[in-house]
Amino acid sequence: MRKKLLLWGGAGVVLLFLSIVLSLSIGSARIPIGDVWSIIWHALTDWMTGAGEDAATSPNEQIIMQVRFPRVVLAILVGAALSIAGAGFQGVLRNPLADPYTLGVASGSALGAAFMISFGIHYILLSQWTIPLAAFCTGLISLMIVIRLASINGKFRTETMILAGVVVQAFFGAIVSLLIALSDSLMNGIVFWLMGSLQLRGWPHVLLLTPYVLAGGIVMLSLARTLNLFALGERTAMHLGVNVERTKKTVLIIGTLISAAAVSVSGTIGFVGLVTPHLMRLLVGPDYRLVLPLSALYGGIYVLWADTIARVILRIELPLGVVTAFLGAPFFAWLLIRHKRKGEEAR
Amino acid sequence: MNERLEQRQSILVADQVSKTLGHQLVLKDVNLAVRMGECFGIIGPNGSGKSTLIKLLSGADTPDSGWITFRSQQLSAYSKKQLARSIAVLQQEALPPIGFTVREVVEMGRYPYQNWLGEEQTDVEPIISGILSELDLTQLSSRPIERLSGGERQRVALAKAAAQQPELLMLDEPTTYLDIGYQQQMMEYIRRWQGRNGMTVIAVLHDLNLAALYCDRIMVLHQGRVVETGTPGEVLSADLLEQVYGVRPTIVKHPSHGVPQILLQGSMEPVRRIERTEGAG
Repeated sequence: MRKKLLLWGGAGVVLLFLSIVLSLSIGSARIPIGDVWSIIWHALTDWMTGAGEDAATSPNEQIIMQVRFPRVVLAILVGAALSIAGAGFQGVLRNPLADPYTLGVASGSALGAAFMISFGIHYILLSQWTIPLAAFCTGLISLMIVIRLASINGKFRTETMILAGVVVQAFFGAIVSLLIALSDSLMNGIVFWLMGSLQLRGWPHVLLLTPYVLAGGIVMLSLARTLNLFALGERTAMHLGVNVERTKKTVLIIGTLISAAAVSVSGTIGFVGLVTPHLMRLLVGPDYRLVLPLSALYGGIYVLWADTIARVILRIELPLGVVTAFLGAPFFAWLLIRHKRKGEEAR
Repeated sequence: MNERLEQRQSILVADQVSKTLGHQLVLKDVNLAVRMGECFGIIGPNGSGKSTLIKLLSGADTPDSGWITFRSQQLSAYSKKQLARSIAVLQQEALPPIGFTVREVVEMGRYPYQNWLGEEQTDVEPIISGILSELDLTQLSSRPIERLSGGERQRVALAKAAAQQPELLMLDEPTTYLDIGYQQQMMEYIRRWQGRNGMTVIAVLHDLNLAALYCDRIMVLHQGRVVETGTPGEVLSADLLEQVYGVRPTIVKHPSHGVPQILLQGSMEPVRRIERTEGAG
């Protein structure tokens, strides 16, 4: 297990580093890679020695350090957040198709955030923490509705879960549409944000998301061994000493909290939380002690690339959610077909 | 053997236990006392409440009224981890088709002994290898569960239970989906294990002959009530079985062990074929 973690983790870190440098170098303002490096090196040494702010900054440095860099970090954080949440949901619900998007958590969180934005009260109550908390509350509500709708005698079937997710998504989406229709001045902003975007995000957003991802990720990782036992079935896990109900609640709440925080900075980005844990399972097997940390790492790389594609492939900025859906939806369809086949074989 | 057993103290006691599921009374005033080191069988027809009783005895569910005590302490007073260190449960359908290897699943049996980092004080390695070789799983140890047969999976589940190092093993119809070869192998493993460390076994069994062969005492459950408890010789009479199962079997003595074995009567009337009349259609 250690060997696998070192191998794939090491490869992931290298890949992440390369992706960061490449993504920083690509953009509408053409800045040569050499300059990018020297700017980063410069900023790094300045930051280490405590010098900085007063030094005159070139436009290129501005673009790299204030526009591209925070956006790159944010993309990684959002990807990590959604992937950790997705892996946790899949483990605890023993359902391969569970993720923040299919469980309605993303659309629920979006509703809370959109509500705060459209009424312009997002900085009043708890300053910058207001939107994530509102998103968390509505995200949790929609998760509870989906689980309630999907469970039959305490059992949780894939098909019913997806149906319940669709119902909740449609309903919450309609409320968001209503909000948009009522507040026409903000319309474009909310619509674009809803499709998922990291445009015009800066360091404050990074600072906002980091504590949620870090704390949530650590709690989730500490439960990795327990999630492994869930794979044996809830009753078997209980007979092995797992407090099933408490673990389930913890994972669902932490997952929702991380997803809500991600949604409040980036809007709804689909399929990341679904695709990454599956790819990791294909690479390293079912052990959550590997799947969780590697999902965070590769999920970050995935969204970083999706975002880079979103901002450079056309002359206009594409919504990030559109790019991840183009990549993720075919994968989701493939999973569904495979799941169906397995079900037929078992019969 | 029985006299010796009678002097032993009870490890698990149920006192006037009742349970209602939905609107149906599943168990009514069940009393039992399982003695340390014995193999205690629970038999009864479908729907007699056997599985519910095992759920209550293992702490997976709580009774509506009555008490269950393990080592003279309320079952509910133990934490889930404490319970998992003392009681292991083997269910009917052993393991789902998962990608974990045999060895990984057996190691999961150590969960109740591990701290939150997954470490424990004793060196687990010899324990795990010992169990694997004892159950003839060494060859399969790196194979994923999803690529094992039903009998092999059930053996892995038993190995996982062994890794828990329990004082009490509960079996909920563990041989249901196994052929007779695996059935006997399974019961022999358990008996050998019992002989080595004096573990107590409570087994819900469907197969009366298997129960007669391997259990020291048998309890008969019918419509949620205890009908009879005693040695196989005392309990397995044609009258009692007819009362409980609704058919009257023939009881014979096992030629080498002397325990009762059950033969079904059957009517054995020749099947009358309905002659097809030609040209009717």
